Amino acid sequence: MRLEYFQMITRVVSFDAQAKTLTAAADVPAESPVFEGHFPGYPLLPGVLMIEAMAQTSGWLILGLNRLTAMPFLVGTNSTKMRDFVQPSTPLVVHAEMVGDGSGYAVTKAFITREGKKVAEAEIKFAVKTFPDPKFALMIREWGERLQFPFEKLETA
Amino acid sequence: MSSTFETVSKIISETCDIPLEKITPESHAIDDLGIDSLDFLDIAFAIDKAFGIKLPLEKWTQEVNEGKAKTEDYFVLGALCGKIDELVAAKGA
Repeated sequence: MRLEYFQMITRVVSFDAQAKTLTAAADVPAESPVFEGHFPGYPLLPGVLMIEAMAQTSGWLILGLNRLTAMPFLVGTNSTKMRDFVQPSTPLVVHAEMVGDGSGYAVTKAFITREGKKVAEAEIKFAVKTFPDPKFALMIREWGERLQFPFEKLETA
Repeated sequence: MSSTFETVSKIISETCDIPLEKITPESHAIDDLGIDSLDFLDIAFAIDKAFGIKLPLEKWTQEVNEGKAKTEDYFVLGALCGKIDELVAAKGA
């Protein structure tokens, strides 16, 4: 996680094209400028960043299922719950499952666990659009390589 | 068993908080009911789930943008329900 750059996923742990699920590791850093304000002397991972972590995990799931041919953009959430505080230096696991794969949109259910216990969950909606330009598509591909996205599994997606 | 229009109008009413009595087969989803593209994604998701189909929204939008179809061909509810019935029939064929 690099909170100040909105890079919420540390690495992709698993991608199952048949089950339409993806799991990612998201290691909350020990220090970040975000914690200096949220909150001074009592650092907590902001809830909106937990939503972002679930959205990015869902985003990689959608990208995997469409073989990196179209980009998901967050447009809404439902049933969002923050169940517990998350402190710095916490390893999190983020799970996403596709529940609606439509024409130009996708809906996922996602949740975050800490040591197996759920700390956040949401249903997340995306508009899925063609990449704005080839450079953007390449940037996403390179980002996926840094996250160890299992590109070899795209053959089965 | 509910008709296609009854199911669709109920979905629109619940998704967009529009009174059911304001929704008629002649209503244009955008011009008359004020449904925007984001709300329409929610409606499409609910329709896809309810009827077990996949509304081809991208194809419809492209046809409208290219002048090959008018918005009323897809977004007047009577016409939309006709398209849904066609997709359901094609699924079962």
